[in-house]
Amino acid sequence: MSTGKGNPILRASNITKTFGNNTILHGVSVELAKGEIKILIGSSGGGKSTLLQCINCLVVPDSGEIEVDGMVIDITKKKDLYRLRQQVGMIFQDFNLFDHLTAIDNITIALRKVKKISREQATQRARQELEQVGLGDKQHLYPAQLSGGQKQRVAIARALAMDPKILLLDEPTSALDPTLVGEVISVIKRLAAKGMTMIMATHQMSLISTLADEILFMENGRIVEQGTPSVLLAKGNKSRTRGFCDSLNDLVGEEG
Amino acid sequence: MPEPISVVIEAFPYLLQGTFLTAGIVGAAMALGLILGVFMAVGLVYGNKVVRFLITLYLWLFRGVPVVVLLFLFYFGLFNYFNINVSAFTAVTIVLGLTTGAYQANIFRGAMLSLPRGQFKAASGLGMTDLQAIKSIILPQILRISIPAWSNEYSIILKDSALAFVIGAPEIMARTQFVASRTYQHLSLYITAGIIYFVLTWAGVMALRKLEKHVRIPGYSANGNQ
Repeated sequence: MSTGKGNPILRASNITKTFGNNTILHGVSVELAKGEIKILIGSSGGGKSTLLQCINCLVVPDSGEIEVDGMVIDITKKKDLYRLRQQVGMIFQDFNLFDHLTAIDNITIALRKVKKISREQATQRARQELEQVGLGDKQHLYPAQLSGGQKQRVAIARALAMDPKILLLDEPTSALDPTLVGEVISVIKRLAAKGMTMIMATHQMSLISTLADEILFMENGRIVEQGTPSVLLAKGNKSRTRGFCDSLNDLVGEEG
Repeated sequence: MPEPISVVIEAFPYLLQGTFLTAGIVGAAMALGLILGVFMAVGLVYGNKVVRFLITLYLWLFRGVPVVVLLFLFYFGLFNYFNINVSAFTAVTIVLGLTTGAYQANIFRGAMLSLPRGQFKAASGLGMTDLQAIKSIILPQILRISIPAWSNEYSIILKDSALAFVIGAPEIMARTQFVASRTYQHLSLYITAGIIYFVLTWAGVMALRKLEKHVRIPGYSANGNQ
């Protein structure tokens, strides 16, 4: 399954999740090598978001195995879950910034509480991360004073400050005004260029076609197709993925 | 000087002492209620079945029985039965504290339910423990949201504190009644007592409104003003 970039840094096998009598994930497996980028696509309700949240146990799977950088996670132990989440960053569709904290404190809070770094050092680190996403001048603004694109960039800076080994992105541009999508895309592309390991659910064709080492097409809680974009999106390929991406392209005209 | 007024002037320092006692009862009861309320709200939202059941039982008990009954039950009943020697002041403070704790628990619980679920998720996603997320992310937000409802609760408990006179705590009401029964100047004295309660209510509510403005999150308000 791995595209051969080295030992997997993440291995999630046979993840299942059922809410009530609605099974969202039917034993899904994902492997990720260091520096690799996999992109999840598929209609909503297919399980992309639940899969991402299961990988860092924000939603605890009913069964399955998760291994990060050689460390096997016991999903029944809270302590293991906390450790797992420190290594796996999460970016949400609707940002989820802490509304009562300024941009910079959104970043320092976890550094101080989780990593036990001094306020001074945390502030320094947070400032660096904000500058990286182009928001050095917005550090003292509150989330309600930022645009959607700025909020998402703060959220990315917040996740990166924790030095995650893997970043999970759950439709990072879907809640954004079309005019603000570009700034977030360029931040994500820069991350990719730096070698960040990522799994991302997205329907942005520009991210899918340029970043994906592998596309995973999800439907009804299963990965029904997977492969490199060059194969799955090749002209004449009758893949589900290509059909799906064509419909995305139709929506935005050509190449959004 | 007409007698109704001279009696009030003469009794005023005496009534003022009762005012300090009332302020003490209400301040301590609200503080006790705040602590109890926060813990119970956290238990109601994040606790397991047993915790939730026990807290719910507590809420029904303290919201379902009149304060006067609770006062007698505790002061003449429980404290007496277990041979605990407490002053009327302590007794009324405890009873009002336990009562307002039940109401405050619901105020804070409501505020917690109104927060977007993503706040807790994002904190967890950064590796915070549940306790860290509650302390650093959830509580600072819900306490802000709760100030208007808490201010309401303050004005209710302030006036409930007048019930302390039935067990003999020498607060505003007890002292007013004492002077009135000796001087027969009921009208002017009870008007005075009423004014004192009104001023205490007004001052407390105004102070809380100031606090609310002071801790308001910039750019974040229901009326959409940025």
